[in-house]
Amino acid sequence: MLPTETIAVAMSGGVDSSTVAAMLRAEGRNVIGLTMQLWNQRRLAGHEGMPESVQGRCCSIDDVYDARRVAETLGIPYYVVNHEERFERDVVRPFVEEYLAGRTPIPCSLCNNHLKFDQLLVVARQIGADKVATGHYAQVVFDEHVNRWLLKRPADRSKDQTYFLFGLTQEQLSRTLFPLGGMTKPEVRELARQHNLVIAEKPDSQEICFVPGGDYKRFLEAYLNEQGSTPTDVAGEMVTTDGKVIGEHAGVHNFTVGQRKGLGVATGSPLYVIQINNDTRQVVVGKDDELYSRTLRTRRVNLISTDELREPMGVAVKIRHKHQPAPAVIESSGADEVRVTFDEPQRAITPGQAAVFYDGDIVVGGGWIESSRD
Amino acid sequence: MRRVYLDNNASTPVLPEVLEAMRPYFAEHFGNASSIHHHGQETRAAVERARESVAALVGGRASEIVFTSGGTEADNLAIFGIARQGDHVITSTIEHHAVLNMSKHLEAEGGEVTYVPVDGRGLVDPADVKRAIRPNTKLITIMFANNETGVVQPVAEIGKIAAEADIHFHTDAVQAVGKIPIDVDNIGCDLLTVSGHKLHGPQGVGALYVRKGTKLEPMLYGGRHERSRRAGTENVPGIVGLGKAAELAIAGFERGDDKKMATVRDRLERELLEIEATGLNGEGAPRVPNTTNIYFDGIEGEALVIALDLKGLAVSTGAACSSGAIEPSHVLIAMGLRPERAKASIRFSLGKQNTAEDADFAVNLIPQTVARLRELSPVWPSSLPKGVVSR
Repeated sequence: MLPTETIAVAMSGGVDSSTVAAMLRAEGRNVIGLTMQLWNQRRLAGHEGMPESVQGRCCSIDDVYDARRVAETLGIPYYVVNHEERFERDVVRPFVEEYLAGRTPIPCSLCNNHLKFDQLLVVARQIGADKVATGHYAQVVFDEHVNRWLLKRPADRSKDQTYFLFGLTQEQLSRTLFPLGGMTKPEVRELARQHNLVIAEKPDSQEICFVPGGDYKRFLEAYLNEQGSTPTDVAGEMVTTDGKVIGEHAGVHNFTVGQRKGLGVATGSPLYVIQINNDTRQVVVGKDDELYSRTLRTRRVNLISTDELREPMGVAVKIRHKHQPAPAVIESSGADEVRVTFDEPQRAITPGQAAVFYDGDIVVGGGWIESSRD
Repeated sequence: MRRVYLDNNASTPVLPEVLEAMRPYFAEHFGNASSIHHHGQETRAAVERARESVAALVGGRASEIVFTSGGTEADNLAIFGIARQGDHVITSTIEHHAVLNMSKHLEAEGGEVTYVPVDGRGLVDPADVKRAIRPNTKLITIMFANNETGVVQPVAEIGKIAAEADIHFHTDAVQAVGKIPIDVDNIGCDLLTVSGHKLHGPQGVGALYVRKGTKLEPMLYGGRHERSRRAGTENVPGIVGLGKAAELAIAGFERGDDKKMATVRDRLERELLEIEATGLNGEGAPRVPNTTNIYFDGIEGEALVIALDLKGLAVSTGAACSSGAIEPSHVLIAMGLRPERAKASIRFSLGKQNTAEDADFAVNLIPQTVARLRELSPVWPSSLPKGVVSR
């Protein structure tokens, strides 16, 4: 890699991406800072009780201000690029539609696939940068034996973000840098302090960037209200696993598999959402032990470490961001579809989430969970 | 790196003579222009000289000039000062946000606003303005020259319509003043907005021409500055700078600076239009001599602006939102451009400091940059021969 290579850093105004910019700059690379304007945080203000102003969230004026200050400190050119249209089309609408279809989506993965490593990469290349660097905790390496770019878990396992990156293609990985892959979060903060970055003590962001306060239900309702529609045809029955109707519910989007609170039914033993049946609009509830399943089906699979699954493969599979990967066998079950069979039953396998396959530190690939049944 | 600035419709550099004129008014002549003593008298005299210069530039009288903090304040004052709840205002869809958002505010406060459209060239039809008049129409506000396309509106005809109907006429002339000769009596306007930093004066100062006899409600309450039309201690250095810039603009017209600038602009435009699948926004309409707005199909204007900036050329597209990101231009959309083409449009605007070499710099840089953007564009049909892309 030539030191004169120009690299675009996706800057969010947070500690991680700011430190990436500082590190690359210190290495003598030509660095261009880019911030994606993805969502107007004030857009839904006033709809369905959404707050007028949102502090310290992604795409807020404050974050752009922080990113700009960091770029100024580092002496790098910095620009904000507007991708609101694509973000709404490829992330926000699918997010809303998934919930209305009774699934529990992960917008961050969609954003990575369609915005950060797609649109931003196009802009980066157009303005003369060959690669995009981000503040994700992950590693990307080229493996000469298999002639493929590999995505690997980072040194700081507690910050591992590979779960959200399983959709990256070989082309995207070949143009991506994850400079924080070998570092721990405390090391990153220390480096930010050493570079006198104003954001060194800024708290980590946790929630979905365009959903203020993590209140996705209010976001859904505000968005639909703004679009001039209300969730129609989402109400239905609450039934037990043996088919007994025990109540009604106002909409499938209010539920997620494994949910216990807010079911609106009172029984002697604790009840959980076991399944959401999109066709019948039924929310199936049952006891804790009924939440477990040994199999799941995924669709829209992206493979990274191999180009296809020729035979069943023993891996560890992660079914949600905070899930401990569990031993399982994966096998192809059709075009872009993979069936996962766990060694031990897993709790609350949730359609709409991703199942990501690991071979040790290496991300084999992943897909979107379609069903927790075979 | 050589840097060439072709974004003078955003802001112009203060000319050396302007800076020299301003310099004594920070520390040496610092008095409050309202003070009785010597120090106040010194600055009062300077403010009044500047008022005469600005009046001369627009063809008005000194007593008709109100200094403000800039174009936005002057636009706001013109609308707020005339129209109130229950009144009707006529404006256009291509106004600057200072007028558009003030009009929206007026609507929210119980006023009525008609936004007349423009044609494909970016021109308001005076007949539309006439048709929009209602019994309660209090004000017509149509810009003189558009900031994005440079298209000059038929303000004199609109002024005639306003006079016949006995309605106040305001024109935001921020992008016209200093670029083309202006005479408020020819236009027949009651109110006209001037901004300092668009004519090589300093930022943070502007003026509103208010025809004698026009009843204007102030926006700011305080002392009796500016004949009680704009309270607040005068920004003396700024006003002196604006006055000097106005003087220099008058001298520039006498020398034919505007014609020289048009020659450079025309050549730049001609060369850029040689690039495949490009076109001029505002073609066929009269324009101020410093502006050209060109679309480059198949590119994102935002990416082109960044790519050019990284190579030393400053140009612009659309209007920047608060974060600095770019939104598609409401002006070009109003002219009927599809959003992709509006987003593929770039504004080049010259200032007095620009030379023919600056235009050459742009002409040398842009074709290769546009080619690179198109090559990497997911939507550009690179395999198609020239002429296939719809114009």
